[in-house]
Amino acid sequence: MNSVWLAIVGFIVFALGYRYYSKFIAEKIYHLDPDYVTPAHKYNDGVDFVPTKKVVLWGHHFSSVAGASPILGPAIALYWGWGPAFLWVILGTVFAAGVHDFGTLVLSVRNKGQSIGTLTDRLIGKRAKMLFLFIILILVLMVNAVFAWVISNLFIQFPAAVLPIFIEIPIAIWIGYAVYKRKAKMLVPSLIALAVMYGTAVLTSKVPFLQIDLVRYFGGADNTVIFGLDGISMSFFVWIVILLVYCYFASTLPVWKLLQPRDYINSHQLVVGLLMLYAGLLVLRPELTAPMTNEVSDVSWFPLLFITIACGAISGFHGLVASGTTSKQLDKETDARFVGYLGSVGEGVLALISIIAVATLFANAGDFRAAYSDFGAASLGGMSNFINGAAQLATGIAIPANIARTIVTVIVVSFAATSLDTSLRLMRYIISEIGSEYNFKPLTNMHVATSVAVVSSAALVLIPKGPNGFGSGGYLLWPLFGTSNQLLAGVSLLLISVWLKKQGRNFFYTFVPMVFIFSMTLYAMFVQVVFQWSGLGETDANMLLFILGGIIFVFAFWIILEAFRVFFKTDKSPPIDPSM
Amino acid sequence: MDILERFKKVITIYDEILQQPHRTEIARELREEEDLFTLLCFSELLGLPNPAFYYTLELYPFVIERFHDWHLRMGMEKSPLNGIRCC
Repeated sequence: MNSVWLAIVGFIVFALGYRYYSKFIAEKIYHLDPDYVTPAHKYNDGVDFVPTKKVVLWGHHFSSVAGASPILGPAIALYWGWGPAFLWVILGTVFAAGVHDFGTLVLSVRNKGQSIGTLTDRLIGKRAKMLFLFIILILVLMVNAVFAWVISNLFIQFPAAVLPIFIEIPIAIWIGYAVYKRKAKMLVPSLIALAVMYGTAVLTSKVPFLQIDLVRYFGGADNTVIFGLDGISMSFFVWIVILLVYCYFASTLPVWKLLQPRDYINSHQLVVGLLMLYAGLLVLRPELTAPMTNEVSDVSWFPLLFITIACGAISGFHGLVASGTTSKQLDKETDARFVGYLGSVGEGVLALISIIAVATLFANAGDFRAAYSDFGAASLGGMSNFINGAAQLATGIAIPANIARTIVTVIVVSFAATSLDTSLRLMRYIISEIGSEYNFKPLTNMHVATSVAVVSSAALVLIPKGPNGFGSGGYLLWPLFGTSNQLLAGVSLLLISVWLKKQGRNFFYTFVPMVFIFSMTLYAMFVQVVFQWSGLGETDANMLLFILGGIIFVFAFWIILEAFRVFFKTDKSPPIDPSM
Repeated sequence: MDILERFKKVITIYDEILQQPHRTEIARELREEEDLFTLLCFSELLGLPNPAFYYTLELYPFVIERFHDWHLRMGMEKSPLNGIRCC
């Protein structure tokens, strides 16, 4: 089958979902009111609360939620064939993610622009909020540990991408300085920055001397360098240390100095990447060589598919962004449909190209099965498969394969680095919040909290022996990532349902995806904790995962019980604010 | 609208999208600087000795309006300082 059909069907379903389903939800369920005074107007302070045009806000929301995850999840989920991944991405986006992102935005707008964490505190209770914080803490710790390894791995596999990535840092600092101190415009300098980065990528692809290949510097993969570490392990060690030191500075510096201008450059990369890949797809029109369904014996698609693809279909992280910053900038309440629903559709489009890139990469189904021999191989090779597949698509617009590979790697590493330092920053905030909640003052200090975040991430990356060798300790906890993220989405949908019920409205359309997400997540966790990690099943016991997974499982169950108590409580009192 | 104008409009929107978070951060930094300045000006009222008192006193008429914005942002509907009845 030709892969263009997947793109066409996907786009048609997304368009219908936006045109009809989101309109129905906006009018009949969320009752959007064009005259409602949004927090952006009510609390307009020129900083956090600023009424913003819907197209601008959509772009900002989309670039905040788009990262490496909508690429990685579908690339791994292709293990069960492209069919299930494709169906979940399009249906999950239309019926679950759209309603979730759109709903968290509306809920936050109707509650003074407060975030999901604060709303959990208010609508469910303080205990639920603390449990929620611990789950997010484990979530970001895993992201730090795994993304540090993923980026190091890409640096080792594609050394031509190192220099263009490193060049981005001084350019970003320069742009930040020019804009802040000299009030310069950003568009032209950031386009020049992009041109410099891609120009360097072309150069490094052609000139091996410019490729920063640590393995070669350390005398090859088999050479023992120091403390029994071979060339590859030593390279991982050096890259991980460099990345974490960089993250320490990136997360303690004022954001306008480095992170904002760097994100600004990366947003261009998102546009360049999407245009490049979809244009390549239209020119090449490659056949799908991966099978539609893949019979496997080790890990069943049901329920694991729904936690493997998080961003790209539904993801709890989107609710954090929608209720954290986007809701404070919504000009009119009716814009929430465009910003929230279409924001999740944007993620769906990114996930769709990831599926197509990997499903068209292999020469035939045999090659696919060799690369995706078991779930471990799928998880390990997901990102590299995407890069190779995407590079193949990019050859459609006359970019030579090796240069395309370097450029795609630069784009992917940029996204992954954004996720890494954002999650480190988030971890710092959570550690500070826990510190102030339990009245432990030292943790509220920025440098102490950042050091705790960096040291614990480094310990998780370097100390335990991970499944992918030295430096992959984060992968020991990675199986918990999908479940923690989806729990967050479930809790957000539950909050929306509680709010709708309080308003006496139909909560069926948020309740059904919530039940689905909760059951899939808890089912997956139960199967993994009891049958995979406890040693009761056929596999050997994994005490670390068993204990942590067990804790998250209990916490999740606890939050759900607390929430259901609130949900089914007969509430005769009127809403706190009648306008909500 | 001809094609060139349409293109210009698209570029303006694109630029606005990317400027949005940057504008927020710069505004936040400037607001923090402003808050520190307000604190320095009103430090005497909080019991902190201010060596530049004579100069900051002269600034009062100019910072009253900012002071009003500040206490509103801090969630206080009315001025918390008896000496300043800005609202």
